[in-house]
Amino acid sequence: MNLDSKIPEGPLSEKWSSHKFNMKLVNPSNRRKYNIIVVGSGLAGGAAAASLAEQGYNVSCFCYQDSPRRAHSIAAQGGINASKNYQNDGDSVHRLFYDTVKGGDYRAREANVYRLSEVSSDIIDQCVANGVPFAREYGGLLANRSFGGAQVSRTFYARGQTGQQLLLGAYSALSKQIGLGKVKMFNRHEMLDLVKVDGHAKGIIVRNMATGEVSRHASDAVVLATGGYGNVFFLSTNAQGCNVTAAYRAHKRGAGMANPCYTQIHPTCIPVHGDKQSKLTLMSESLRNDGRIWTPKDAEVAAMIRKGETDPNSVAEDDRDYFLERKYPSFGNLAPRDISSRAAKEACDEGRGVASTGLGVFLDFRDAIKRDGQNTIKERYGNLFDMYQCITGDNPYETPMMIFPAVHYTMGGLWVDYNLESTIPGMFVGGEANFSDHGANRLGASALMQGLSDGYFVLPYTVGNYLGKQGVAAAGKVTTEHPAFAEAEANVKARIDKFLSIGGTESPRSFHKRLGHIIWEQCGMARSKEGLEGAIKDLQALRKEFWTNLRVVGDADGINPELERAGRVADFIEFGELMCRDALMREESCGGHFRVEHQTEDGEALRDDENFAFAGVWEYKGDDVDPQLHKESLIYENVELATRSYK
Amino acid sequence: MYTLCNFIHSTIGRKILMALTGLVLVLFVMGHMLGNLQIFLGPDVINAYAYKLHHLLPVTALWAVRLVLLGTIAVHIWAAVTLTLDNRKARPQGYLEDKVVQASYSSRTMRMSGIILLAFIIFHIAHFTVRAVPAGMKGGEGGVLKITEVPLVKDGEAVLKNGHEEMTFNVNDMMVLGFKNGWVSAFYIIATGLLCMHLTHGFSSMFQSVGLRNGLWRKRLDRAALAYGWVVFIGFAIIPVAVMAGLLKQDPTGGLVSQVGETAAIIESLEK
Amino acid sequence: MEKTMDLTLKVWRQKSANSMGAFETYGVKDVSEGSSFLEMLDTLSEDLVEKGKEPVAFDHDCREGICGSCSMTINGIPHGPEKATTACQLHMRHFHDGQTITIEPWRAKPFPVIKDLVVDRSPFDRIIQSGGFITSRAGSAVDANAIPISKVTADYAMDAAACIGCGACVAACPNASAMLFTGAKVSHMNSLPQGKAEKDRRTLAMVTAMDGEGFGGCTNIGECEAACPKSISLDMIAHLNRDYATAQVKNFFNPVT
Repeated sequence: MNLDSKIPEGPLSEKWSSHKFNMKLVNPSNRRKYNIIVVGSGLAGGAAAASLAEQGYNVSCFCYQDSPRRAHSIAAQGGINASKNYQNDGDSVHRLFYDTVKGGDYRAREANVYRLSEVSSDIIDQCVANGVPFAREYGGLLANRSFGGAQVSRTFYARGQTGQQLLLGAYSALSKQIGLGKVKMFNRHEMLDLVKVDGHAKGIIVRNMATGEVSRHASDAVVLATGGYGNVFFLSTNAQGCNVTAAYRAHKRGAGMANPCYTQIHPTCIPVHGDKQSKLTLMSESLRNDGRIWTPKDAEVAAMIRKGETDPNSVAEDDRDYFLERKYPSFGNLAPRDISSRAAKEACDEGRGVASTGLGVFLDFRDAIKRDGQNTIKERYGNLFDMYQCITGDNPYETPMMIFPAVHYTMGGLWVDYNLESTIPGMFVGGEANFSDHGANRLGASALMQGLSDGYFVLPYTVGNYLGKQGVAAAGKVTTEHPAFAEAEANVKARIDKFLSIGGTESPRSFHKRLGHIIWEQCGMARSKEGLEGAIKDLQALRKEFWTNLRVVGDADGINPELERAGRVADFIEFGELMCRDALMREESCGGHFRVEHQTEDGEALRDDENFAFAGVWEYKGDDVDPQLHKESLIYENVELATRSYK
Repeated sequence: MYTLCNFIHSTIGRKILMALTGLVLVLFVMGHMLGNLQIFLGPDVINAYAYKLHHLLPVTALWAVRLVLLGTIAVHIWAAVTLTLDNRKARPQGYLEDKVVQASYSSRTMRMSGIILLAFIIFHIAHFTVRAVPAGMKGGEGGVLKITEVPLVKDGEAVLKNGHEEMTFNVNDMMVLGFKNGWVSAFYIIATGLLCMHLTHGFSSMFQSVGLRNGLWRKRLDRAALAYGWVVFIGFAIIPVAVMAGLLKQDPTGGLVSQVGETAAIIESLEK
Repeated sequence: MEKTMDLTLKVWRQKSANSMGAFETYGVKDVSEGSSFLEMLDTLSEDLVEKGKEPVAFDHDCREGICGSCSMTINGIPHGPEKATTACQLHMRHFHDGQTITIEPWRAKPFPVIKDLVVDRSPFDRIIQSGGFITSRAGSAVDANAIPISKVTADYAMDAAACIGCGACVAACPNASAMLFTGAKVSHMNSLPQGKAEKDRRTLAMVTAMDGEGFGGCTNIGECEAACPKSISLDMIAHLNRDYATAQVKNFFNPVT
C-alpha cells in the first residue's frame, strides 16, 4: 500500500499556494467531458458537488436521505472556526493551526491542518456571500464566540443551528446546479460498492431505496463524503441513517482505513433512559461555562437518588464531589471533551452515577442561578434548558441536569494524501469520512470548517488535478458496460439476496444493539488489551451469528428499513473488529483513544511519541484474514510535541 | 418571461385580486351602511340621500359605477372559485382525524359565508333595486315591493325645480315595508351576521395577501377586523330590528298611499 | 421508575405508491413515557418483525428535530400535539395509558405516499432549484465583513432560514399550500443584501415552480404556522406576497428575466 502523502515542498505557509500553481488544470471547454460522482450531500459532498459543477464538470450526486438538505451536517449546533481575527484578540492562521494540532494530541498531518487553517477565512466569506445568516452585532459586523480548547474568539455561529445554516448554504448552491442540469441528484440512493477499472475508481453501484432498483454509475473520478461511523456504537449522537458502508466497501476494494480507533466522546449528552432508546442527544458544551458537574461522594446516596428516594437538591455541599474541579483545578468544569468524559465514566464506574441507569452525572446550575439570577441563566441557556425539559421532563432550573458522555464524532476514516485522494487512484474522500485533519481528538467548531474546506476549496482543485493528469482522451471512456460493473453489481445483488434468505430469528436492530454494546464497553472511553482481544473474538462470533441467524422481513423491491439496516450492520460488525484491532495496536493513550495500560500515575493519558507518531492505515486482506497495518509517519517540523495538561 | 396572464394564474396573483376587490367591497359596505343609517334621521333625510345618489352622476356614469361594483364582486368570486377548485385538487385526501389548531372559525368558513352572501346579494338587489322578489308584500302586485315617489324635501321645505315639486323615491317606506316581513328581516340579519364573519377574516387577510402585514400588525389588524365586522353587523342589522320593533315607521306624509292599503289606512286615520 | 403505558395505534399502511392504503390497528405495550414517539414506533416495528410482519416504514434520521425527515400526522396534527416540536422530539409523556393514536402520512397531492408513512417531498427541492439560492462561486466572495448587515435583518433572515423543510406546513394546510415553505426561503434570501441582485427573478421563479408542483393557494388561516416545528411565522407569507407583487409590477414595465 502506497502511503505517499504528497505533501508539497516548501515552507508550511506556501505549500498550498505553490501546490495550487503546480496542479494540472482542465480547460473549461473540456470539463464538460468529465463525469464525477459525489457520494454524500453534506457540507463536504454538497459543497464539492456544487463547486465542481460550477466549474463545468458533469456531476452525479448521491444521498441516502430523501433530500440533500437532510445530511447530518445539519445537526451541528455550536459554530465554525475561522482565523479571521475579527475580534482583534491575537488570532492568526498559525494560531488556529497550532491549536488544532495540539487539540488533536499531535496525531494529525501538519500540512493538511495548516491548509485548513488558511482557507478557514475564505469559508466564512463564501458562506456569507451564500446567504448564511451568521449572528451579527448591532454594528452589523459578524459576531464571534469562544469555544473549548482555544483562547481566542474565533467561532462564527448562527444561533444554535450553525450546521443547518451552513448546510443549507451548500444545498442551495447544489440546488442551483441541479436546476441547471449540471448536477444529477439521486436522492434515496445508497452506495453499496465501488467499481475499479485498471486500479482506478471509475464508478459505484447504488441501490434506490425507494424502488429497490440496483444500478451502475460510471465516472472519471469518485468523491466519497459519506460521514463518520459513530453508529457502530448503536447509540450515538449521529443520525439513524449514518453508516460506514460506502467507506467500508471502498476499504474492501483497496482503500486504506486510517486510525479507526479515534472516536470522540462528547461529555454533555442526555443520559440513556431505557433499553428502547435509539439516539442520544447532545447539548452544547457551553453549558459547562456555568454548570458544575458532580456526583455524590457516597455510592449509597447515589443509589438512593437513582431510586428516586433522595432529592439531589438535598445532598449537602460536603457530600458532593465536584470531580472535575477537584481533579483539574485550573480548567475545572471546562476541561477538554475527552478528559471530562473519562472523569464522568470513572465516577459512574465507582457506583456513584445517577440517572435511572446509573450512567449519569449532575450538571448543576444551582450556584449559577444563585449568583446571576434565573433570568441571566435563562438568557444564556434558555433554549438548551427547554430542550432538556422537552426530552427528560425535568425542569433544570429546579433540579440539576443529568448528563453522560456519548459518541459524537469519529476522527478516523479513509486514508487520504494531501490531495484528499485515497490509496485508490481517482477516489477522493472529504469531510468526516476521511482521517485527515483532527488527529486523535477534534476541537469544537472544527468539523464544519473541515467539511467546507474540503468541499469548497480543496476537492475542486485536486480532483481537477487528477483528471488533468489522466488526460482528456480518457474522459468518459469507461462505461457501465465494463465487466467490472457487472461483477460489482452481481456481488451487491447476491448480498441483498443473502440477507433476505438467511431466514433466522434475530432482527438487524437486535444485532446492532449487541454490536454497540461490545464496542461501547471495550472500545469506548477506556480500552484495555484484554478487553479489546475479547471484543475481537466476540465480534467474530457475532459476525458468524449474524450471517446465520439474521431475519430480514419484507422484500427488496421498495422501501425496506430492515434490509437497509441489515446491510449497514453487516459492515459495522466487520468495521468494529477493525476498530478494536487498531485500538489494540495503538499501545499509547492519545486524544479520544485511552488505553488503561498507558496512563500517568494520576490517571492522565500517556502518549508515546517515539513509537506511535504515525497514522495507522489498515489494508483489507480478505474476510477471514487479518488486515495488514501500514504506517504513515507524522513529521512535525513546525510544532513542538508537548504533553497536554489541564491541571 | 412572466406576463400578466402568469400573474393572474398564479395563486398569489389571484389572492391579490381577491384582496383588492375585497378592499373595494369593504369600503362599499361601509358607505352603504352609513347611507342606510340615515333612515334614523327621518324619511326626508334618507329620501334626499337616495335622490342624491341617483342624481349626483349622469345615468351612464351611475351604471358604470354599478357595473364596476358588480364586476368587482365577479372578480372576487371568480378568484375564490378557481382558487377553491385548485385547493381541492391539491388535497384530494383528508385526514381521518382532522384537528384545527389555531385557524379561526370565520377563516375556515369563508367559502360558506361567501356563497350565502352571494345568494343574499342577489336577493337584496332583486328585493330593493330591481324590486322583483315576490316576498309576500301586502298590497304589491304578486307580492312584489312597489315604490312610489314623494316630494324631495330639504331643510323642511319641498324643493322646487322649474316651478314643480321635485320628486324622489320613497326609500324610507320601501325599507320599512320590506322589513315588515319577518322572514325577510331574519334573512337580512343572518346575512349581515355572515358578512360580519366574512369581514373579521377578510379585512385583516387582505393586508396579508398584498404583503402589508407582519406579526405586530397582524394582531392589530385582526382586532380592527373584528371591530369592523361588528360595526357593519350592528349598522346593518339594526334597521330590520328597528322596523320589527316598530321604531321605524313609514313616512306619514305620503308616497305609497295608492299602492299599499295599510298605509292608506294610516293616512285615512290621520285625516280624520 | 419511569411510568409505562399501553397504547392502541391506528396506522396508515400502504404497500407502494400505486397500491391502495388502509388503516391497521396495533397494540403496543410497556411504552416508557421517556421514550420519543419514534422510539415507540421502533418498538412497534420490532414487535411486527418478531411476528414476521413488515414494520411500518417512516422517514426519520437525525432524531433531534433538525433534519426535517420525520413526517407524520399524529391525531390529526402534523408532528403531533406539542407546539414547535417535531415527531422525533415528541415524547410519550404527552400521551396517556390506554390512548388510541391515529398516525397518518402527510396528505397532499404533490406529496404522494411512497410507502406507509413515507411521502415524496421532492417538490420542495425543485422549488429551491428554481431560484432558492444566492449565486456565489466558491472563491469569488468578498470579505465577510465588507457588507455590514444590521442585527435586526440578520435575525429576521435567521428566523426565516430556520425552516427544516419537513413539509408540516403543507400537511397542515387544508389546501396543501406550500406558501410557508416558499415564503420562508424567499424571505431569508430577499431580506439579505447579498440576495438582492436576484430578488425579483428568485421570487417569480419560485412561485411559478411552487404553483407548477400543484400546491394549493394560501387562505391566510394560519394552520401552517401552528404546525411548524420551527414556528416559522405567517410574516414570511406576507413577505412573499409583497415581493411577488413588486416583482410582477416591475416585470410588467420592464421584464426582470
